[in-house]
Amino acid sequence: MEAERPASGADVAPDLPWVTIVWNDPVNLMTYVTYVFTTYFGYSREKAEALMLDVHHKGRAAVSNGTREEMERDVAAMHSYGLWATMQKDD
Amino acid sequence: MGLLGFRRTRAGRIVARLQERERTALRGLLNDLIELVAPPDGEADADPLARLVGIDPHARTPDDPALARLLPDGYGEEEPEAAADFRRFTERALREGKVAGARTVLESLERSGAKVVLSAGEAQAWLGTLNDLRLTLGIRLEVDEDPHVMDERISLLGRLVVDWDPAATDSDEAAQRARAAMETLAAYQLYDWLTFLQGTLIEAITGTADPTED
Repeated sequence: MEAERPASGADVAPDLPWVTIVWNDPVNLMTYVTYVFTTYFGYSREKAEALMLDVHHKGRAAVSNGTREEMERDVAAMHSYGLWATMQKDD
Repeated sequence: MGLLGFRRTRAGRIVARLQERERTALRGLLNDLIELVAPPDGEADADPLARLVGIDPHARTPDDPALARLLPDGYGEEEPEAAADFRRFTERALREGKVAGARTVLESLERSGAKVVLSAGEAQAWLGTLNDLRLTLGIRLEVDEDPHVMDERISLLGRLVVDWDPAATDSDEAAQRARAAMETLAAYQLYDWLTFLQGTLIEAITGTADPTED
Protein backbone atom coordinates (compact mmCIF):
# COMPACT_ATOMS: atom_id res chain seq x y z
CA MET A 1 0.00 0.00 0.00
CA GLU A 2 1.39 3.36 -0.96
CA ALA A 3 1.27 6.07 1.60
CA GLU A 4 0.61 9.58 0.45
CA ARG A 5 3.51 11.75 1.47
CA PRO A 6 3.28 15.42 2.21
CA ALA A 7 5.62 17.41 0.01
CA SER A 8 7.51 18.94 2.90
CA GLY A 9 7.91 15.61 4.63
CA ALA A 10 7.56 17.22 8.02
CA ASP A 11 5.28 19.03 10.38
CA VAL A 12 2.15 17.12 9.44
CA ALA A 13 0.81 15.94 12.75
CA PRO A 14 0.54 12.19 12.53
CA ASP A 15 -2.30 10.47 14.34
CA LEU A 16 -0.16 9.80 17.39
CA PRO A 17 -0.90 6.42 18.82
CA TRP A 18 -2.44 6.31 22.26
CA VAL A 19 -2.17 3.46 24.74
CA THR A 20 -4.49 1.94 27.29
CA ILE A 21 -2.75 1.21 30.59
CA VAL A 22 -4.14 -1.27 33.11
CA TRP A 23 -2.94 -0.73 36.70
CA ASN A 24 -2.41 -3.27 39.43
CA ASP A 25 -4.81 -3.38 42.35
CA PRO A 26 -5.03 -5.71 45.36
CA VAL A 27 -8.55 -6.95 44.61
CA ASN A 28 -8.85 -8.17 41.03
CA LEU A 29 -8.12 -11.88 40.64
CA MET A 30 -5.31 -12.88 38.26
CA THR A 31 -7.68 -15.32 36.54
CA TYR A 32 -10.27 -12.56 36.12
CA VAL A 33 -7.79 -10.10 34.59
CA THR A 34 -6.63 -12.80 32.16
CA TYR A 35 -10.25 -13.60 31.34
CA VAL A 36 -11.00 -9.94 30.55
CA PHE A 37 -7.94 -9.64 28.26
CA THR A 38 -8.90 -12.76 26.28
CA THR A 39 -12.61 -11.91 26.15
CA TYR A 40 -12.50 -8.21 25.33
CA PHE A 41 -9.31 -7.92 23.25
CA GLY A 42 -9.47 -11.42 21.79
CA TYR A 43 -5.86 -12.05 22.88
CA SER A 44 -4.50 -15.58 23.10
CA ARG A 45 -4.32 -17.09 26.57
CA GLU A 46 -0.51 -16.78 26.48
CA LYS A 47 -0.56 -13.09 25.58
CA ALA A 48 -3.32 -12.32 28.07
CA GLU A 49 -1.44 -14.10 30.86
CA ALA A 50 1.82 -12.33 30.03
CA LEU A 51 0.04 -8.95 30.18
CA MET A 52 -1.70 -9.90 33.42
CA LEU A 53 1.67 -10.86 34.96
CA ASP A 54 3.13 -7.53 33.82
CA VAL A 55 0.29 -5.73 35.57
CA HIS A 56 0.80 -7.85 38.68
CA HIS A 57 4.60 -7.60 38.94
CA LYS A 58 5.37 -4.23 37.36
CA GLY A 59 2.28 -2.45 38.61
CA ARG A 60 1.02 -1.60 35.12
CA ALA A 61 0.96 -2.74 31.51
CA ALA A 62 0.04 -1.19 28.17
CA VAL A 63 -2.67 -3.53 26.93
CA SER A 64 -3.71 -1.90 23.66
CA ASN A 65 -2.84 1.00 21.38
CA GLY A 66 -4.57 2.98 18.67
CA THR A 67 -6.33 6.27 18.04
CA ARG A 68 -7.58 8.37 20.88
CA GLU A 69 -11.18 7.36 20.14
CA GLU A 70 -10.28 3.68 20.12
CA MET A 71 -8.47 3.98 23.43
CA GLU A 72 -11.39 5.83 25.00
CA ARG A 73 -13.52 2.86 24.01
CA ASP A 74 -11.01 0.39 25.50
CA VAL A 75 -10.66 2.34 28.76
CA ALA A 76 -14.45 2.57 29.14
CA ALA A 77 -14.67 -1.19 28.52
CA MET A 78 -11.97 -1.93 31.13
CA HIS A 79 -13.89 0.22 33.64
CA SER A 80 -17.09 -1.70 32.91
CA TYR A 81 -15.20 -4.91 33.78
CA GLY A 82 -13.94 -3.27 36.98
CA LEU A 83 -10.31 -3.02 35.89
CA TRP A 84 -8.43 0.16 36.75
CA ALA A 85 -7.36 1.64 33.40
CA THR A 86 -6.22 5.00 32.05
CA MET A 87 -5.09 6.16 28.63
CA GLN A 88 -2.17 8.28 27.55
CA LYS A 89 -0.15 9.32 24.53
CA ASP A 90 2.50 6.76 23.72
CA ASP A 91 5.83 8.57 23.68
CA MET B 1 -20.71 -20.93 54.26
CA GLY B 2 -20.97 -23.86 51.86
CA LEU B 3 -17.81 -24.28 49.85
CA LEU B 4 -19.20 -25.58 46.58
CA GLY B 5 -19.31 -22.44 44.54
CA PHE B 6 -20.12 -22.41 40.84
CA ARG B 7 -19.67 -25.31 38.48
CA ARG B 8 -20.44 -26.22 34.90
CA THR B 9 -22.73 -29.18 34.26
CA ARG B 10 -22.23 -31.66 31.40
CA ALA B 11 -25.17 -29.94 29.73
CA GLY B 12 -23.14 -26.72 29.80
CA ARG B 13 -25.18 -24.88 32.41
CA ILE B 14 -23.59 -22.78 35.13
CA VAL B 15 -24.95 -23.73 38.55
CA ALA B 16 -24.34 -23.02 42.22
CA ARG B 17 -25.98 -24.14 45.42
CA LEU B 18 -26.43 -21.26 47.80
CA GLN B 19 -27.85 -21.49 51.29
CA GLU B 20 -30.65 -19.20 52.35
CA ARG B 21 -28.35 -17.06 54.50
CA GLU B 22 -25.88 -16.79 51.63
CA ARG B 23 -28.62 -15.58 49.29
CA THR B 24 -29.78 -13.13 51.95
CA ALA B 25 -26.25 -11.80 52.40
CA LEU B 26 -25.89 -11.40 48.64
CA ARG B 27 -29.20 -9.57 48.28
CA GLY B 28 -28.16 -7.12 50.99
CA LEU B 29 -24.80 -6.46 49.31
CA LEU B 30 -26.44 -6.06 45.88
CA ASN B 31 -28.95 -3.51 47.16
CA ASP B 32 -26.11 -1.56 48.79
CA LEU B 33 -24.14 -1.66 45.55
CA ILE B 34 -27.11 -0.41 43.52
CA GLU B 35 -27.62 2.45 45.96
CA LEU B 36 -23.91 3.30 45.75
CA VAL B 37 -23.50 3.34 41.94
CA ALA B 38 -26.96 4.40 40.69
CA PRO B 39 -26.71 7.62 38.64
CA PRO B 40 -27.62 10.62 40.80
CA ASP B 41 -30.96 11.75 39.46
CA GLY B 42 -32.72 14.96 38.89
CA GLU B 43 -30.67 18.06 39.42
CA ALA B 44 -33.28 20.74 38.76
CA ASP B 45 -31.11 22.10 35.97
CA ALA B 46 -30.48 18.73 34.35
CA ASP B 47 -30.32 19.17 30.62
CA PRO B 48 -32.81 16.68 29.10
CA LEU B 49 -30.89 16.52 25.84
CA ALA B 50 -27.63 15.75 27.67
CA ARG B 51 -29.51 13.11 29.64
CA LEU B 52 -30.91 11.64 26.44
CA VAL B 53 -27.47 11.11 24.92
CA GLY B 54 -26.03 9.88 28.21
CA ILE B 55 -23.88 12.88 29.08
CA ASP B 56 -23.60 13.90 32.70
CA PRO B 57 -22.41 17.52 32.80
CA HIS B 58 -21.98 17.45 36.60
CA ALA B 59 -20.01 14.24 36.90
CA ARG B 60 -16.75 14.50 38.83
CA THR B 61 -14.34 12.12 40.54
CA PRO B 62 -16.18 10.72 43.58
CA ASP B 63 -14.80 11.51 47.07
CA ASP B 64 -15.77 8.07 48.37
CA PRO B 65 -12.73 5.88 47.60
CA ALA B 66 -14.87 2.80 46.91
CA LEU B 67 -17.02 4.69 44.41
CA ALA B 68 -13.90 6.30 42.91
CA ARG B 69 -12.53 2.78 42.35
CA LEU B 70 -15.77 1.64 40.67
CA LEU B 71 -15.83 4.79 38.50
CA PRO B 72 -12.13 5.55 37.89
CA ASP B 73 -10.65 8.47 35.99
CA GLY B 74 -9.90 7.61 32.35
CA TYR B 75 -6.73 9.74 32.22
CA GLY B 76 -3.81 10.13 34.59
CA GLU B 77 -3.51 12.94 37.13
CA GLU B 78 -1.51 15.08 34.71
CA GLU B 79 -4.54 15.44 32.43
CA PRO B 80 -7.41 16.56 34.68
CA GLU B 81 -9.35 18.27 31.88
CA ALA B 82 -9.33 15.24 29.60
CA ALA B 83 -10.29 13.10 32.59
CA ALA B 84 -13.23 15.40 33.38
CA ASP B 85 -14.42 15.31 29.76
CA PHE B 86 -14.09 11.55 29.61
CA ARG B 87 -16.12 11.24 32.80
CA ARG B 88 -18.90 13.51 31.54
CA PHE B 89 -19.30 11.32 28.48
CA THR B 90 -18.88 7.86 30.03
CA GLU B 91 -19.77 7.86 33.72
CA ARG B 92 -23.52 7.62 33.35
CA ALA B 93 -23.35 4.58 31.07
CA LEU B 94 -20.82 2.96 33.40
CA ARG B 95 -23.11 3.50 36.39
CA GLU B 96 -26.13 2.22 34.47
CA GLY B 97 -24.25 -0.88 33.32
CA LYS B 98 -23.24 -1.74 36.89
CA VAL B 99 -26.80 -1.23 38.16
CA ALA B 100 -28.19 -3.39 35.35
CA GLY B 101 -25.69 -6.15 36.19
CA ALA B 102 -26.59 -6.08 39.88
CA ARG B 103 -30.31 -6.17 39.03
CA THR B 104 -29.79 -9.19 36.77
CA VAL B 105 -28.07 -10.99 39.65
CA LEU B 106 -30.92 -10.03 42.01
CA GLU B 107 -33.51 -11.33 39.53
CA SER B 108 -31.74 -14.66 39.10
CA LEU B 109 -31.64 -14.97 42.91
CA GLU B 110 -35.33 -14.12 43.23
CA ARG B 111 -36.41 -16.90 40.89
CA SER B 112 -34.00 -19.46 42.40
CA GLY B 113 -34.18 -21.56 45.47
CA ALA B 114 -31.06 -23.18 46.84
CA LYS B 115 -29.99 -24.09 43.31
CA VAL B 116 -29.07 -21.12 41.17
CA VAL B 117 -28.96 -21.90 37.44
CA LEU B 118 -27.58 -19.22 35.14
CA SER B 119 -27.85 -18.48 31.44
CA ALA B 120 -24.64 -17.40 29.68
CA GLY B 121 -25.72 -13.75 29.88
CA GLU B 122 -26.56 -14.02 33.55
CA ALA B 123 -23.21 -15.67 34.26
CA GLN B 124 -21.50 -12.61 32.74
CA ALA B 125 -23.60 -10.29 34.92
CA TRP B 126 -22.66 -12.35 38.00
CA LEU B 127 -18.97 -12.25 37.09
CA GLY B 128 -18.85 -8.46 36.73
CA THR B 129 -21.10 -7.82 39.72
CA LEU B 130 -19.17 -10.14 42.05
CA ASN B 131 -16.11 -8.17 40.98
CA ASP B 132 -17.83 -4.85 41.78
CA LEU B 133 -18.86 -6.17 45.20
CA ARG B 134 -15.29 -7.31 45.91
CA LEU B 135 -13.89 -3.95 44.78
CA THR B 136 -16.27 -2.09 47.08
CA LEU B 137 -15.66 -4.34 50.08
CA GLY B 138 -11.93 -4.60 49.33
CA ILE B 139 -11.50 -0.82 49.35
CA ARG B 140 -13.57 -0.45 52.53
CA LEU B 141 -11.49 -3.16 54.26
CA GLU B 142 -8.22 -1.87 52.80
CA VAL B 143 -7.43 -5.35 51.56
CA ASP B 144 -3.71 -5.92 50.97
CA GLU B 145 -2.23 -7.96 48.14
CA ASP B 146 0.25 -9.57 50.53
CA PRO B 147 -1.43 -12.55 52.25
CA HIS B 148 0.99 -12.24 55.21
CA VAL B 149 -0.24 -8.71 55.89
CA MET B 150 -3.81 -9.98 55.85
CA ASP B 151 -2.99 -12.95 58.10
CA GLU B 152 -1.34 -10.67 60.63
CA ARG B 153 -4.24 -8.25 60.58
CA ILE B 154 -6.76 -11.05 61.06
CA SER B 155 -4.84 -12.65 63.91
CA LEU B 156 -4.62 -9.25 65.63
CA LEU B 157 -8.38 -8.82 65.33
CA GLY B 158 -8.88 -12.38 66.51
CA ARG B 159 -6.80 -11.70 69.61
CA LEU B 160 -8.91 -8.62 70.43
CA VAL B 161 -11.96 -10.89 70.43
CA VAL B 162 -10.37 -13.80 72.31
CA ASP B 163 -8.71 -11.63 74.95
CA TRP B 164 -11.90 -9.83 75.76
CA ASP B 165 -13.31 -11.19 78.98
CA PRO B 166 -16.95 -10.10 79.36
CA ALA B 167 -16.85 -11.16 83.04
CA ALA B 168 -14.09 -8.70 83.76
CA THR B 169 -16.15 -5.72 82.65
CA ASP B 170 -13.55 -3.22 83.64
CA SER B 171 -13.63 -1.38 80.35
CA ASP B 172 -16.41 -0.48 77.92
CA GLU B 173 -13.70 0.43 75.51
CA ALA B 174 -12.43 -3.16 75.41
CA ALA B 175 -15.95 -4.41 74.76
CA GLN B 176 -16.40 -1.94 71.91
CA ARG B 177 -13.05 -2.87 70.43
CA ALA B 178 -13.93 -6.55 70.58
CA ARG B 179 -17.29 -5.98 68.91
CA ALA B 180 -15.75 -3.84 66.16
CA ALA B 181 -13.12 -6.56 65.64
CA MET B 182 -15.86 -9.20 65.29
CA GLU B 183 -17.65 -7.11 62.68
CA THR B 184 -14.47 -6.57 60.70
CA LEU B 185 -13.65 -10.28 60.85
CA ALA B 186 -17.15 -11.08 59.54
CA ALA B 187 -16.64 -8.62 56.68
CA TYR B 188 -13.28 -10.25 55.79
CA GLN B 189 -15.05 -13.60 55.75
CA LEU B 190 -17.71 -12.22 53.43
CA TYR B 191 -14.99 -10.84 51.15
CA ASP B 192 -13.22 -14.21 51.06
CA TRP B 193 -16.48 -15.93 50.23
CA LEU B 194 -17.14 -13.52 47.32
CA THR B 195 -13.58 -14.17 46.11
CA PHE B 196 -14.22 -17.91 46.24
CA LEU B 197 -17.54 -17.53 44.36
CA GLN B 198 -15.95 -15.39 41.65
CA GLY B 199 -13.00 -17.76 41.29
CA THR B 200 -15.24 -20.79 40.81
CA LEU B 201 -17.45 -18.84 38.40
CA ILE B 202 -14.44 -17.97 36.20
CA GLU B 203 -13.44 -21.66 36.16
CA ALA B 204 -17.00 -22.68 35.28
CA ILE B 205 -17.23 -20.10 32.46
CA THR B 206 -13.81 -20.79 30.95
CA GLY B 207 -14.19 -24.55 31.33
CA THR B 208 -10.98 -24.96 33.33
CA ALA B 209 -12.82 -27.12 35.90
CA ASP B 210 -14.23 -30.60 35.26
CA PRO B 211 -17.97 -30.62 34.54
CA THR B 212 -20.34 -32.20 37.05
CA GLU B 213 -23.45 -34.36 36.53
CA ASP B 214 -26.14 -31.84 37.48
